[in-house]
Amino acid sequence: MKIRLLYFASLADRAGMSAEARQTLAVTPRGLYAEVAAAHGFTMMAERIRVAVNGAFVGWDHELTDNDEVVFLPPVSGG
Amino acid sequence: MKRFRLGRETIDVDAERSALDHAAAGAYVSFEGWVRDHNDGKPVLALDYQAYGPLALSEGDAILIEALERFRVREIRCIHRVGSLAIGDLAVWVGVSADHRDAAFAACRWVIDEVKLRVPIWKNEHYADGASGWLHPDGSAVDAK
Repeated sequence: MKIRLLYFASLADRAGMSAEARQTLAVTPRGLYAEVAAAHGFTMMAERIRVAVNGAFVGWDHELTDNDEVVFLPPVSGG
Repeated sequence: MKRFRLGRETIDVDAERSALDHAAAGAYVSFEGWVRDHNDGKPVLALDYQAYGPLALSEGDAILIEALERFRVREIRCIHRVGSLAIGDLAVWVGVSADHRDAAFAACRWVIDEVKLRVPIWKNEHYADGASGWLHPDGSAVDAK
């Protein structure tokens, strides 16, 4: 399945990109994060991250579908 | 006009305040977050804010709607800047009108705290020594290259 990923803040810096499209066998954000963390050298633990799919927060075991937009959100620092 | 907005331009507080006008309101409380020249003991020269726009807008609006349900207030607005800001710039503004001051103060305080906790916006500080770093304020080190 094909997934579009957006990266922000330190994850974007580490990945060296702000977006990518990936073919993946992962069926949940948990599996997908393990895959992209290995690919890009992310060291941030999943416990620190929230997940959004198609613009809404979801849990780590949410079922992904083809063409989803997935964002792994590091701890926020607005204000 | 949406209650929560992201802004690339200077926030015009006087213009925004008119959205809070209500004949029954006897109090107006606002919070302004400014870019300061230091953080965690380090001199700061400037900073950038980055947002995941669609979720920032929906989460920001959800916070303001929650606040309207939790507090006896008439209207609430919040604007958060994105992009590059200089020292002294207004980075975030919260405005609340209410019949009485207690609810206005309480709601304003609650909104800025929730925005800082929940809205997907990140701050990248540029330090005087040339370094920079995204802040991820949960007690752990910044995960930059």
